[in-house]
Amino acid sequence: MAWQATKERMSNDMEQMIAAAKLDDILAKIKGGQRLTKEDGARLYRSPDLLAVGYLANLVRERINGNKTYFIYNQHINYSNICTNLCKFCAFGKDASSPLAYQMSIDDIRHKVAERLDEPITEIHMVGGIHPDLPFSYYLDALAVIKEVRPTVHIQAFTCVEIAHLAGLAGLSLEDTLRQLVAAGLGSIPGGGAEVFSPRIRAKTCEKKLSGEGWLEVAKTAHRLGIKSNATMLYGHIETIEERLEHLDMLRQAQDETGGFMTFIPLAFHPKNTELADITRSSGVEDLKNIAVARCFLDNFPHIKAYWVMIGIKLAQVGLSFGADDIDGTVKEEIITHMAGGESEQAQARQQLVRIIREAGRVPIERDTLFQPITIY
Amino acid sequence: MTISQKILAGERISPEEALTLAEEADLYRLGFLANAVRQRLHPEPLVTYVIDRNINYTDICVSACQFCAFFKAPEDAAGTVLSFAELGQKIEETKALRGTQILLQGGLHPDKPLEFYEEMLAFIKGYGIHIHGFSPPEICHFANLSGLPVREVLIRLQRAGLDSIPGGGAEILCERVRQQISPRKCGADAWIAVMEEAHALGLRTTATMMFGHVETMADRLEHLTRIRDLQDRSGGFTAFIPWPFQPDHTALSHLEKTTAVGYLRMLALARIFLDNIDNIQASWVTQGPKIAQVSLFFGANDFGSTMIEENVVAAAGVHFRLSEAEIRELVRGAGFIPRQRLMDYTLVEEPSR
Repeated sequence: MAWQATKERMSNDMEQMIAAAKLDDILAKIKGGQRLTKEDGARLYRSPDLLAVGYLANLVRERINGNKTYFIYNQHINYSNICTNLCKFCAFGKDASSPLAYQMSIDDIRHKVAERLDEPITEIHMVGGIHPDLPFSYYLDALAVIKEVRPTVHIQAFTCVEIAHLAGLAGLSLEDTLRQLVAAGLGSIPGGGAEVFSPRIRAKTCEKKLSGEGWLEVAKTAHRLGIKSNATMLYGHIETIEERLEHLDMLRQAQDETGGFMTFIPLAFHPKNTELADITRSSGVEDLKNIAVARCFLDNFPHIKAYWVMIGIKLAQVGLSFGADDIDGTVKEEIITHMAGGESEQAQARQQLVRIIREAGRVPIERDTLFQPITIY
Repeated sequence: MTISQKILAGERISPEEALTLAEEADLYRLGFLANAVRQRLHPEPLVTYVIDRNINYTDICVSACQFCAFFKAPEDAAGTVLSFAELGQKIEETKALRGTQILLQGGLHPDKPLEFYEEMLAFIKGYGIHIHGFSPPEICHFANLSGLPVREVLIRLQRAGLDSIPGGGAEILCERVRQQISPRKCGADAWIAVMEEAHALGLRTTATMMFGHVETMADRLEHLTRIRDLQDRSGGFTAFIPWPFQPDHTALSHLEKTTAVGYLRMLALARIFLDNIDNIQASWVTQGPKIAQVSLFFGANDFGSTMIEENVVAAAGVHFRLSEAEIRELVRGAGFIPRQRLMDYTLVEEPSR
């Protein structure tokens, strides 16, 4: 067919571009389904040829997800910003004595869910700080009240860092803590708190936080209990390219063991109002590179997200050509990024997301948390 | 030979071939081809920018274009004309920031005589700064009011201190589109005629395109073709600047805003098609810093202006701001070397930093 022939010729041209960018060995690996090494990943990060890197990522993206692009209709609830970790890259966490500190009561959470009952929300995403004195029962009650008000909603809640903290509060093993949370309504675990796993980075930016190994242990334990989770990496602060690849490699190994990760989400560091405010915020090229390298390297992750709240809707749309197949959702009241000077619009209407995805040449699919399609547009 | 091969071999493509690319090529292909053209024209890895200030001498305008959120109708008491004292202060501030030029544009004021503009130019020229001013609709308006031919108006303005002409008011150079969105503004033929006269008088100009409203892709190609044809005749365009229509607070606010991918595709297509125009500017004012940086891989080799002041896009609810230092950082982050330039793309000697 003529169209097929055109497509074939086009791909030949593009392969000349890859060769000119001296990435043809990586192209061969990707086409052969071979795994990239950390050195390959570092070369992609350092390549000045953004389009070539994007083209490679798109090969992996289209092999795994075709032309599909997912989004979700979700609601964010940040139950409290009171936090004992006070990581240097965070503008959200506050000491309990801060005038800006807040915590929601169970009734507040009930109200938050109830006030949007008329919307077709399928997921509630709930995370908060490492609170010094809320009891374990608070977290169980928070899950239960959400299910009481909206019984069919999927609750994606509590990062691995919070889960480890809750296990300490409950005096239970990770397994038993997770079982109790699931019994109260937990559906899956978000990817936050991973930051960069390197002990050097954690010592310098978040010394009180759960270690990288600890984070992975919680995730893998959850996976073994059949609980799916996501993974993240906070880039663009003081980490090196090698530390990013070490982080990605640890995630890839964990995924080989359990297969429980759904989505990897690169998170752009937002310096404003943090202790690292003198660092420049990530650029568009850096954001696209982080999406693309992750897509090439994490060959065992089903999904890569361009999280528009972090990078803006314009760049997230371009990210759909650089390896991302998910654009998150119609988030409302996201606080954590906006406290750090995030300037993206607070909510994207569903029709807006559909249009943006279509204009990127992709097929928009509204999904539930576990990537079951709800509507194909 | 495929369209891609033609482009890579440095051959010109037809409007029909450009339409095929617009319909069939994916984002990488457009980027790859645009990048190839850009590298042929600019083998040095430089990205340039100009330090200047937009001075809008008046917002009073008889044209009432549907896409504009900036103008005030003549009967609106809120409309203003800047005093020379205000002009002077803005120029002093510009020079203090190492600014090299003033972008001087305004609404089509109903009754200021040509002498008013001549005096304004002479006043600004007293500060010893390059004046990039009066887009073709303003020139046509001055000609109508004064009853003088365009050429005579241009000669008088040039004599009074005008150095070059901005490419604004082109919108889409297609009569059907202009009748719909800006029926009182000069037509496509008049816009081209002003630029041709200006080039003949030695005034360099830029060219713009405002897309993403009521036009079709074929209309955009008609626009690009008219620009390319004139450039073949005159060689007077220094740069082409495409930007997407910003609908908020305009009479066309019901239209959808062009997405980032739509912008990058159009930018790349312009770079590929306009093989005789040296420079293509990124529009950070409408796209923000992230997409503007990415556009350097889709054909743009210039970051435009630092825009110490900008009022027209801001009136449409878009408020991106960038300092010179931020522009330089974005350029470096994309792997290029930032260089300050003048209107004619002469590089400015780097100050010791």
